[in-house]
Amino acid sequence: MTATYRAAVREAIREAIIRDERVFLMGEDVGRYGGCYAVSKGLLEEFGEDRIRDTPLSESGFVGAGIGAALGGMRPIVEVMTVNFSLLALDQIVNNAATLLHMSGGAFNVPIVIRMATGGGRQVAAQHSRSLEGWYAHIPGLKILTPATLEDARGMLWTALQDPDPVLIFEHVLLYNMEGDLAEDAGAVQIDRAAIRREGRDVSVITYGGSLHKALEAADRLAEDGVSAEVLDLRTLRPLDTEAILQTVARTNRAVIVDEAWRSGSISAEISARITEGAFYHLDAPVARVCGEEVPTPYPKHLEDAALPQVDDIVQAVRSILPGTEGGGS
Amino acid sequence: MTHPYPPSPPLPDEEHARTLLRHMLLIRRFEEKCAELYTQEKIRGFLHLYIGEEAVAAGSIPLLGPDDSVVATYREHGQALVRGVPATNVMAEMYGKIEGCARGRGGSMHIFDAETRFFGGNAIVGGGIPIAVGLALAARRERSLGDSPDELRVTACFFGDGAMAEGEFHESMNLAALWHLPVLFCCENNLYAMGTPLDVAHSETELALRAASYGMPSWTVDGMDVLAVEDATRRAIEAIRGGGGPHFLEFRTYRFRAHSMFDPELYRAKEEVEKWKERDPISLLASRMREADMLDDAGMEELEAEVEAEVEEAVRFSEEGSWEPVEELTRFVYSESDVDGGQSP
Repeated sequence: MTATYRAAVREAIREAIIRDERVFLMGEDVGRYGGCYAVSKGLLEEFGEDRIRDTPLSESGFVGAGIGAALGGMRPIVEVMTVNFSLLALDQIVNNAATLLHMSGGAFNVPIVIRMATGGGRQVAAQHSRSLEGWYAHIPGLKILTPATLEDARGMLWTALQDPDPVLIFEHVLLYNMEGDLAEDAGAVQIDRAAIRREGRDVSVITYGGSLHKALEAADRLAEDGVSAEVLDLRTLRPLDTEAILQTVARTNRAVIVDEAWRSGSISAEISARITEGAFYHLDAPVARVCGEEVPTPYPKHLEDAALPQVDDIVQAVRSILPGTEGGGS
Repeated sequence: MTHPYPPSPPLPDEEHARTLLRHMLLIRRFEEKCAELYTQEKIRGFLHLYIGEEAVAAGSIPLLGPDDSVVATYREHGQALVRGVPATNVMAEMYGKIEGCARGRGGSMHIFDAETRFFGGNAIVGGGIPIAVGLALAARRERSLGDSPDELRVTACFFGDGAMAEGEFHESMNLAALWHLPVLFCCENNLYAMGTPLDVAHSETELALRAASYGMPSWTVDGMDVLAVEDATRRAIEAIRGGGGPHFLEFRTYRFRAHSMFDPELYRAKEEVEKWKERDPISLLASRMREADMLDDAGMEELEAEVEAEVEEAVRFSEEGSWEPVEELTRFVYSESDVDGGQSP
């Protein structure tokens, strides 16, 4: 059947609420408004206020309440409208959700799922366009998921809810309208391993989330010129599937990392470091990165486009490390 | 010292009065021992003593049932002890030994205990308040799921006057009132946020007034009088359990010791401290018991001996405890089994 990413997430929430009476959705405008990105549209009418709970604008308060509800035996799905606003809840996410299990010597785990939109590309300027999932991936105790496909949008939530520890799910804003085929019986998927979305021989393009589709488009373009690019979708940023990263690099001997986030101190830097640590002798060229320009994302389209990784940038980065180029070795 | 409170409630029966006194004395002697152990470097890190504020924990927490929950702050040894976390495990936690209630991983500021539903020990001021709201949300929700305790669980949430300047306080009060949740907010107003006096931190120093603005029943209580604490808490818990929604109690109290072991106390006068010591919660109760012939020197000595034995046992237990092997360092970052985790409702 044809479905959108938005509908896939909505179906995942519906399924969770139906299957497990401890599950409820809570967040700003998830009920009456139907969700800022219309993900939860119709769910309040279907399930009522106990399961679909509108909250006031209190990110720290309702994320913390989600943590408390998880400690109290529930399985809350907390929606933070966007990653930008999650900064108001950082204390609860980092100091409590990620820390309580360890700090309590294993006495209290926190089975909460926190969903939020991430990324830029909609001309909504700096305070609504950040990609901070890599930041969160820095924190031990959290699991960081970045569904980029309909199957993952549909299937990651249930698996995350079965996890005894806090899981953050980042949904790229540009994906909500993405349409494609989704099997009628699509269901839970594993959240531990990366996935090769396109096989190739010459170079590995390593990416996740919204950038996956740009990487796939770049791979199509490169194929027209006879360059065979493998595209690895990380899917999960913490724990990183290091094995999959090293394996693809061992096959192609070249790596380009694509990430909307800034490059300094980033998940792309981490991936690059792991390649250096684990696949250095497989490399025929330096690792290349295509990242967000290090500016707060500007509003005008031409500047925003220039600030975010584009297909052309990926194609160019791949070319720059192919054999026979200056950076590409032999 | 003049104070604006109603007359203290009558003394309870002898056995109960003795329990209250014993609880306060246990906290006092336990913490005096902690201070001593700190100077011997047996306890490290931060150590925040509750001495002077004992009536608040002793008068409130024992009124909770085993299915209720407690969320506390980094000054929480007293709460943990009267909640029933064994003194041995609390002390071992401060030693950093594996026998501690959090395997030594939390230390003084992070006492946790699943059995008594003691949800920490939180060292971020105000950070525990939203968690209490969530526990109460779960308590309400589980009522409709069938397998909950007979009575609505109450979550008692402790925090200081300093926390009331935090955004998390405001957000949590609003949520609890809006959703009519079974939370008892217990503000321990000891007049200082570390070293900043109440009137330097709050535009409205009548804290119960601020709480009342959320549409929540809010009372100011003499936090040095354990009987007043108990009376107010009992009423509040009854009301909450009966479906009355969140309640707020401001316990006016005072810490006799420094904020932490590093605090030179430049911000308050010795005379002020001495003045408050005239209303030492232990002496207040003990003298009333003596007047009522419930306590004499021998009785007091007996009590002191009991408490001393408990503290000494805690020290012995901790001294004999063991260090967690370094190989286990990375345990408990994530849960170890694939079981459907979390605390059962």
